Amino acid sequence: MNVEFYEKIWMWAAAALIVVFLGAIFLTAGLQAVYPPSHIETIDPTALATHPEFSNPGVKLQPDGSAVVTVVTQMFLFSPDPIEVPANRPVTFRITSADVIHGFEVVGTNANAMAIPGYVSQFTVTFKEPGEYIIACNEYCGLLHHNMAGKVIVK
Amino acid sequence: MKGRHTLAAAHIGVAVAAFGVASVMGLLQALSIADIQFPFRSESLYYVSLTAHGVLMALVFTTFFIMGLGYALSLECLGRISGRSAAWIAFWVAVLGSVMAAVTILRGQSTVLYTFYPPLRAHPLFYIGATLLIVGSWIWGAVMIASYRSWRREHAGEPVPLSIHGMLATIIIWYLATAGLAVEVLGMLIPWSLGIVGKVDPLLARTFFWWFGHPLVYFWLLPAYVLWYTVLPRVAGGRLFSDKLTRMVFILFVLLSTPVGFHHQFADPGISSGWKLAHTVTTYAVVYPSLLTAFTVLASLEVAGRMKGAKGLFNWIGRLPWGDPFFASVALAMIAFVFGGFGGAINAAYAMNSMVHNTAWIQGHFHVTLGTTVTLTFMGATYWLLPRMLGRELRLPGLARIQPYLWFGGMVLFSTSYHIAGLLGLPRRVFTAALAGQSPLPWGALTKVAAVGGAILFLSALAFVIVVLATWVSGKKIQAPAFEFAVPLRPVTAPGVWDRFGLWTALAVVLLAAAYGYPLIQLLLHPRYGSPPFQPF
Repeated sequence: MNVEFYEKIWMWAAAALIVVFLGAIFLTAGLQAVYPPSHIETIDPTALATHPEFSNPGVKLQPDGSAVVTVVTQMFLFSPDPIEVPANRPVTFRITSADVIHGFEVVGTNANAMAIPGYVSQFTVTFKEPGEYIIACNEYCGLLHHNMAGKVIVK
Repeated sequence: MKGRHTLAAAHIGVAVAAFGVASVMGLLQALSIADIQFPFRSESLYYVSLTAHGVLMALVFTTFFIMGLGYALSLECLGRISGRSAAWIAFWVAVLGSVMAAVTILRGQSTVLYTFYPPLRAHPLFYIGATLLIVGSWIWGAVMIASYRSWRREHAGEPVPLSIHGMLATIIIWYLATAGLAVEVLGMLIPWSLGIVGKVDPLLARTFFWWFGHPLVYFWLLPAYVLWYTVLPRVAGGRLFSDKLTRMVFILFVLLSTPVGFHHQFADPGISSGWKLAHTVTTYAVVYPSLLTAFTVLASLEVAGRMKGAKGLFNWIGRLPWGDPFFASVALAMIAFVFGGFGGAINAAYAMNSMVHNTAWIQGHFHVTLGTTVTLTFMGATYWLLPRMLGRELRLPGLARIQPYLWFGGMVLFSTSYHIAGLLGLPRRVFTAALAGQSPLPWGALTKVAAVGGAILFLSALAFVIVVLATWVSGKKIQAPAFEFAVPLRPVTAPGVWDRFGLWTALAVVLLAAAYGYPLIQLLLHPRYGSPPFQPF
């Protein structure tokens, strides 16, 4: 290919930049197991009322001190609310929706997942700072989307 | 309105009209989020205007502008539009579809935003209208390809003109992208909205939407690149740095634009992390042709400055025609893209993405990329096209000269504020930043700065629409200036490997199948329940 000297330098430098970006992602994925929430589990959104787990959303403390939190999102609230979890312990959220798509974002943290009807979103986070956090719905879900907020209390 | 470029001008006219209406909606939203009171402010007005703004800007304005630009370039560079009557039918089909969708939105029957994720249900005519718009664009693509083939038969040994090369790449990407949208809308949403089927799977629909939704970005961006490569160096008084590299860049987009959609679904369940990682790789790969574009276009501008006698390292920048509305628009668009591009690289890294996913950061981001890089380029191009299409002198040139700077300044305030508010967790698409009464202080202040930016953007949009209207109606009649394109420093003299569109399209289909085949099968094999429709209000 008839490219000039500077062009060639740039082509290699640009390629190197992209390799560095991707390298950073692969390294954290490989060494620290940093992955996006990618749980695969389906559920009937029209039958949550009779579902053994999601008919009774709430915080279940485990013997090892960690917690599993079952959350149902619906127009325009989170259940349970507030959610009380321990600090410095792994907290696993299991979230689904009873109607449309909602977002589950714990403001100021990287706990951020979509609640999609028919699917269970699951991810684990550790809250290091005790205090109160806002849960915001960050996917448009209807007329009162901006009123859909909850609370996480970390103790 | 009779003339050589009537067809192209009609498309640009619809684009500018859609842009004007959508700008008013944009202002209302910026004020509403910041909790600034105005008459008739309400939740329903906010979400209706949000839907209208998204659909009119992202789908109607862009698609009509790109179709018009394509016809103008085809006529000038290939000397023909093969299938003019089909092109006019396509125009009216697309207009009808856009009006149908717009009416159901403005009547409050389709408040589902431009992403229309089920199980939020819109009026059936919303989906059908959107389909007609896309069908119009498919016919446009076919007319463009027919024009190219007819030209090719007469010019066997020549490379295709560069601007047409770029438009053909755009059209291939558009067909690949809209295939996913067609499955979602024709196969799932229309029958469901009509009540023929009771349930749809929201995740499957979302996956097909983002199959379409990210390459949509390149459908907007590539015509802007065509103008950067083939018109900008000419207006600046320089040469295109490399013809061959430019052709390679467009082909890389054909290959890499579509297999990238999962980076919009990092936070979704149901898609395994390995496939999200695979799409991360292709997402970063598609940054590469944009980095090459930055080099070639800047090098072409440096050539322009030096041809005007600039010496030293940087004073070629001052020799460029910053007072020309086309040049200023595109140059500012390119500066915006430096920040927009790196913002995009942050979004594509899923660890960082989880901090900004669905926050105000995202609206800040795409107002830099689509809202500035693409929109400013299209506005500048309109100033360049109007005298050439209509044979009229640009009216109010002083207003046209300051308008791009006004847009850029407004966007700096608007977009920077939303980027910061997003990092602080403000969710996107909210009627008010006082979220259920819970609003950490900076959200309120930042959204107010964004509202000031939004007001400046609105003034700039108004200036643009006024210049276009005044030129159209009362611009002084002149001999239409010629469409002049940049001459390459090192021209390509014969069709080469980058001209083999059939080969590259086939490879792109293979990549697309590899990126989506297995994850889709995985999705379909699970027991899936589906959702009945819900009304947003």
